[in-house]
Amino acid sequence: MSLLDVSNLSVRFGPLEVVSGVAFSVGRSERFGIVGESGSGKTVTALAIAGLLPEGATATGTINLDGQPLPRQEHEMARLRGRRIGMVFQEPMTALNPLMRVGRQINEVIQLNSREATPLPAVEGLLAEVGLAPEHAARYPHQLSGGQRQRVMIAIALAGQPDLLIADEPTSALDLITQAKVLDLIADICERRQMALLFISHDLKAVARLCSRVAVMHAGKLVESGTTGAVFASPRQNYTRKLVAASRFAPRSQQRSGKGTPLLDVAEVTRDYRQGGFLMWDGRPLRAVDTVQFTIAEGECLALVGPSGCGKTTLAKIVVGLDRATSGFMRLRGVTYHGSDLPQELRRDLSLVFQDPFGSFNPRLTIKDSLGEPLRLEPHLPPEGRHARVVEVVEAVGLGQAMLDRYPHEFSGGQRQRLAIARALVTRPRLLVLDEPVSALDVSVRGEVLALLARLQAQFGLTYLIISHDLDMVAAMADRVLVMEAGRIVEEGQPEQIFAAPQHPMTRALVGARLPDLEASA
Amino acid sequence: MIVFALRRFLGFAATLLVAAAVIFWLLDLLPGDPAQFILGINATPESVERLRVQLGLDVPAHQRFFDWIWGMLGGDFGLSYTQRAPVGELIWNRLGVTLPLALLAMLVSVLVGLPVGILAARRRGKALDTAVMLLAQTGIAIPGFWFGMLLTLLFAVTLRWLPTGGFIPWQEDPAAAMRGLILPGLALALPQASILARVMRTALVDVTGQDYIRTARAKGMTMGEAVWRHGVRNALLPVLTILGLQFAFLIAGTIIVENVFYLPGLGRLIFTAISERDLVLVRGATMILVVAITATMLLTDLTYALVDPRLRQGSGA
Amino acid sequence: MRRFLAHPSLMVGLCGALAFLLLGLTSLVWTPFPIDQIDIGRRFLGPSAEHWLGTDNLGRDMASLVMAGTWTSFLVAAIAVFIGMGIGVPLGLAAVIWGGAVEWLVLRLSDFIFAFPAVIVAILITTLAGPGSINAIVAIGIFNIPVFARVARGGALSIAKLDFVAAARLTGLGNAMIAWRHLLPNIMSLLIVQGTIQMSLGILSEAGLSYIALGTQAPDTSLGLMLREAQGMFLVHPWLTLVPGSAIVLIVMALNLAGDGLRDAIDPRLRQSRSNVLA
Repeated sequence: MSLLDVSNLSVRFGPLEVVSGVAFSVGRSERFGIVGESGSGKTVTALAIAGLLPEGATATGTINLDGQPLPRQEHEMARLRGRRIGMVFQEPMTALNPLMRVGRQINEVIQLNSREATPLPAVEGLLAEVGLAPEHAARYPHQLSGGQRQRVMIAIALAGQPDLLIADEPTSALDLITQAKVLDLIADICERRQMALLFISHDLKAVARLCSRVAVMHAGKLVESGTTGAVFASPRQNYTRKLVAASRFAPRSQQRSGKGTPLLDVAEVTRDYRQGGFLMWDGRPLRAVDTVQFTIAEGECLALVGPSGCGKTTLAKIVVGLDRATSGFMRLRGVTYHGSDLPQELRRDLSLVFQDPFGSFNPRLTIKDSLGEPLRLEPHLPPEGRHARVVEVVEAVGLGQAMLDRYPHEFSGGQRQRLAIARALVTRPRLLVLDEPVSALDVSVRGEVLALLARLQAQFGLTYLIISHDLDMVAAMADRVLVMEAGRIVEEGQPEQIFAAPQHPMTRALVGARLPDLEASA
Repeated sequence: MIVFALRRFLGFAATLLVAAAVIFWLLDLLPGDPAQFILGINATPESVERLRVQLGLDVPAHQRFFDWIWGMLGGDFGLSYTQRAPVGELIWNRLGVTLPLALLAMLVSVLVGLPVGILAARRRGKALDTAVMLLAQTGIAIPGFWFGMLLTLLFAVTLRWLPTGGFIPWQEDPAAAMRGLILPGLALALPQASILARVMRTALVDVTGQDYIRTARAKGMTMGEAVWRHGVRNALLPVLTILGLQFAFLIAGTIIVENVFYLPGLGRLIFTAISERDLVLVRGATMILVVAITATMLLTDLTYALVDPRLRQGSGA
Repeated sequence: MRRFLAHPSLMVGLCGALAFLLLGLTSLVWTPFPIDQIDIGRRFLGPSAEHWLGTDNLGRDMASLVMAGTWTSFLVAAIAVFIGMGIGVPLGLAAVIWGGAVEWLVLRLSDFIFAFPAVIVAILITTLAGPGSINAIVAIGIFNIPVFARVARGGALSIAKLDFVAAARLTGLGNAMIAWRHLLPNIMSLLIVQGTIQMSLGILSEAGLSYIALGTQAPDTSLGLMLREAQGMFLVHPWLTLVPGSAIVLIVMALNLAGDGLRDAIDPRLRQSRSNVLA
């Protein structure tokens, strides 16, 4: 008999059915994954199993735990949750009570659920099990890093000695290296405790890493399920095939020959932030970027990789003129600048594509107004010329002229990212800085946007500086890679060479955190 | 925490200094010659000169300003020209009415507003919630002083339970003094309690949707237990901010409500001073009001930091 | 428009507020009786066909007084809101866009003004310049400044973090232009909601100030002044206080309903950041 049996589960929010007729079962100490993109209903399914659906949602169907249907009474369901089901959520930043020490938050579970017969482990033991020190118990959540908070969440989930751990995107809010560590931790714990796992993720590789069986969800329905190897190696459904394809980046087709002339020189750029102390002398400056030096050649695609907080975004901001270097300078087409002093007539040669497609357009302006905004850098362009430019770029990114009069909220994330690229191209720049250009997008859209970027580069002879933590994407796009740690560039080389034989410890950590590719289809 | 408290205290002192400067500038420098201003245009030059000396106007302005501040630190607010008595003493006597009244109103509004807000939040969407929130909506719209008139009509005129107005000093009959403050206290408390109830309800409803409540439920708590253990304290944070502001409004409110009930509070002192152009008295009384308000805000900030560990760290902001 | 109709409280509030505003506007060209027509022989009359709301202690027509008083209340509150918006919103936007010392200064300034409730400012002005309705306008207007500065700053702070503002900076747009083109339009709905709330608070404050003789003076009239004039005799003639008092309550309730409804209709997300805290 399986531990968890879900049959014909449907969840509605008013008239909207977000989960329809889902059925699956999870065996004792089995690790089961549910894969799907945002809006597929995977999180709602998990919440329904735990009896934690938000107000206004109604669930139908049966959910059996150990052959018993879940109790209807709120009180009994709550106690059952505490003793049998542990949960880890996506956002470690908000999932803990900010006003309570984490030790007490863990201890609460123990007090709430301990029974005479089965004594529960103490807080120290739990902290050790998730790789935290005993003194962390006295901290408040804001005094812990994202990874540490997620470890605390796991400790809370384990404190009731559950038979089933439900982990809903437990690593998506963490940076790459922490992500790998937390995944390892979950795998270890499940192994050691012989605990069943229901793992919910959009990341096929993470699921492949952890789970023996997997189900694929799309638009509220389970489209396919089976053993992980079988589903990912030879998917039967089109949707699964698309997902699997999107999670692999095709290695770049043509190697561009030789280096062009240098386009941008970055010379010993350093950026210090004064730390906010109210006593002037107590702030040793925080060095975000530390004597960074590199050159980008015309037509090259250079990638800057590093963990979050390594200074790569600050560096990008300095290069495009949003921030100013404390010392050092840049030289673009023979003109020297230090960041925000980038002369007006050079600004059109540089542009930036932002990470978040939802924040990159003013909701009160039409797409046409937003796309046309950078053209103020070309004051000599007549009005018809402006319009022609906007039409040109919007068509270049594969969208139609008809979309120009619409507002941003009418577009999907992928479309917005195309429009953001269009805006970046409207002044016909030479250098495009791409800050995590696809990491906010759904997996299935990422491939399209990357293909578009590759095509535009060839078509317009663009130079790219890609900022990313995603090594797979970098391997697929870049000619050359710079690895950054704590504001310094610690390694440089071609992607194949760097990823095959990383030299610096940071590069090794990054490469080590990379999840293995899915097995190619047999 | 100590650094935080120190910073806030410095800010408090700075605010008071600037406030004193503004009040001094308005009442001592702007009228040109305060002595002439107080006595009016019909005064003889001799009497103006006499008053000028009496007010100490023969010394330079900055000297007067610092003397005034220094005096206040020692409890000396100067001499009222019209009442021929120390301003500090006059204010002190009146505070015996104003301060208990404001505190009483504060107490009532907290004791009524918070439970009602919690109740409404727990019964969200039910008939009770709707009814209570409608009442609160009305309560906010009622001017306190007018509500005072209605209360007098009901409790003093029709039912004859309480006096219509006036005040028997505490030292003569504390019980009677208290009875005199009940109706004005209720009148002041009604709008504030309505606001508190609404804020408490909204804060609690917001908190209910937070991730950490979901975590608490995942630990094995029911919604009610989770909200009680993790929600209420978090929901009190926005309520606390408002409590600080409310005290300022209550103090301002007492000045108005005193008129309804003929209470000898700070407000009536100020009105007499205004009509008699007693600049020294107005200066002292407004300064006391500003001190009371600023001190309440300081207290709110410090309490906030006690509740919220995120604020306690050195940098504070 | 349809989404506005879907919020009954908004419609009720808006219609109520507009009705009173219309009543007030009418008083500029027509009232049933001239408000300064004193007729001692006809004093303390109850409501009748001739005098809809009766007459006061001087034999003046209460309906006419309420109409004129409503206009004064709206006018004072509206001018005070414009003062608060006109100074507070630029301050709040400046704090966000320049940050650093400017932000510090704006925050300290708004903290500082919070220590001066309208009553205290009115006391200071009245001491200097004597009573008048300008005092009430200035006093309430000054108090509105930090309110709008904070609302504008709070709203703009979350907008300014978004990438489209950085994108605008990349095109060489100056700070003032970014505030005007990208920040202001996106906090407009917040400001409208706060404006409605401050209107209602302004009407309450005006009533309070006029009641203690720090606001409107005869021969002008306002709802608060009517209450002041009825003060000496409200135990004997409660009607004289009931009429203007109820008018205040109705107007303020209508405005509050409109404000709440507007917030829900414009942007459901704003429900979380209620700021009707300053009554």
